[in-house]
Amino acid sequence: MSFNRIYGLFLRHFFLIKSSLPRILDLIYWPTIQIILWGFISLFFSTYSNYYNNTLGVILTCAILYDFLFRSSISFNMLFLEEIWSRNFTNLFIAPMRISEIIISLVVTALIRTLIGLVPAILITSPLFGISILNLGIPLFFLFLSLYIFGITLGLFVSSGLLRYGPAFENIAWSSLFLLAPLGCIYYPIEILPDILQTMAKALPLVYIFEEARSILVNQYVDYTNIKNAFVLNIFYLFIGIVLFYYSFKQARKKGSLINIGE
Amino acid sequence: MQYPIVVKNLSKNYSNKAAVKNINFKINKNEILGLLGPNGCGKTTTIAMMLGLLKPTNGIVLIDGEDIEKKRIQLLHKMNFISPYIELPKKLTVKENLIVYGKLYGVKKVLLRIDYLSEKLRLTEFLDKKTGELSSGQKNRVSLAKALINDPKILFLDEPTASLDPETGDFVRTFIEKLSKEREMSILLASHNMDEVKRLCKNVLMMKDGLLIDQGTPNELIKKHGKINLEEVFLKLNRTSNEF
Repeated sequence: MSFNRIYGLFLRHFFLIKSSLPRILDLIYWPTIQIILWGFISLFFSTYSNYYNNTLGVILTCAILYDFLFRSSISFNMLFLEEIWSRNFTNLFIAPMRISEIIISLVVTALIRTLIGLVPAILITSPLFGISILNLGIPLFFLFLSLYIFGITLGLFVSSGLLRYGPAFENIAWSSLFLLAPLGCIYYPIEILPDILQTMAKALPLVYIFEEARSILVNQYVDYTNIKNAFVLNIFYLFIGIVLFYYSFKQARKKGSLINIGE
Repeated sequence: MQYPIVVKNLSKNYSNKAAVKNINFKINKNEILGLLGPNGCGKTTTIAMMLGLLKPTNGIVLIDGEDIEKKRIQLLHKMNFISPYIELPKKLTVKENLIVYGKLYGVKKVLLRIDYLSEKLRLTEFLDKKTGELSSGQKNRVSLAKALINDPKILFLDEPTASLDPETGDFVRTFIEKLSKEREMSILLASHNMDEVKRLCKNVLMMKDGLLIDQGTPNELIKKHGKINLEEVFLKLNRTSNEF
């Protein structure tokens, strides 16, 4: 394991981001728009719904948490896609980089990309809507960590597909999270779902993460069982994601997709 | 004597198609070996297997006596590759790209190495320019600098002068010639430029349909096939069984 190589790959993306204002604005734009949009939707609910006493806080907090998940997964995929788009993919794989170094470097860079996008969005919620996600307290750290691990895991699944099937897999990269969102029970409790979907949803860490966020905000009660369940599932999926990534690399070497992946 | 590169019984099959069929060759220190053949004959597949990008169906590639399949990461430190079909990130400056690859290859004094290469390859004035803004000749020299960032013992050159003007082409050829001698490099050169191959290569391999169909020095091949130059030999070997 070489810090230099991990740092080298991080620099490759850092140089790209720092030299491009549109890229930085793009990172900030979507989370900000999401938060503003959901802020107004939440205001509507707080006026006309009595389901929650704290509708605005719950919806907005869940929106921020979901966006954190979305950004972390997309960031991971984007870093991989950048190599394909710039036709740099082969150069990367003929450099003496271990797969573990590639994964760690992408994980660190994706976190920085995600934070660049999300911190401004979190900061504007307080003056605009009087809501602070920090109200979740210490469990917020565990929720973010859990979401980040799941986002990275999804990134690993999608990148495995990109590695094996090339740019044809690109659309999956964009839509992967939208497919999971309904099952994630981000804005509503799991009981809303039909029985069969509830069984499927319970196999995802998202249900426990968002359940926990709502529990803290609505009942002011921290249930560490939810956090524990989310972590156990996260570790399981992360393990599968890493195995899949290694397997895809092996298959790509066998099928020849590393040679002409950018073409 | 141990050859830096030994290729033994190398084959690659894709589902039902054989891309490379049981080829054997060696490359010595200080030698530039030419690899000639029409498009799709298996040159890139062969190079990809030698770089560890592609797993051979059969056979073995030994780099300094060690199997690339078993010690891929360690051996990649000694090798590098340039191809017109692979690019460096366009939005990064030349210097940023070279720093990144210096780090990836574990180069100790990257900035000194970049200074040395930029001087040798006439890149100094472009170091702070975005790579995507360079002309194809300048980009080619940057790719060459990237390929030399780790001071490789083994270099794979896939059409290194494709689409270059004659002056830049000649500069690159002279540079490669000097490099091979001064650094005792082993170089595999895949090219469609027969004059380039004749000038640079001591020995030449001729590939067709995944097979090595002939080999020798350029002069030996010209004499053997009764032709006036290497291009005529190439045309003869690639037309005989199909068109005529």
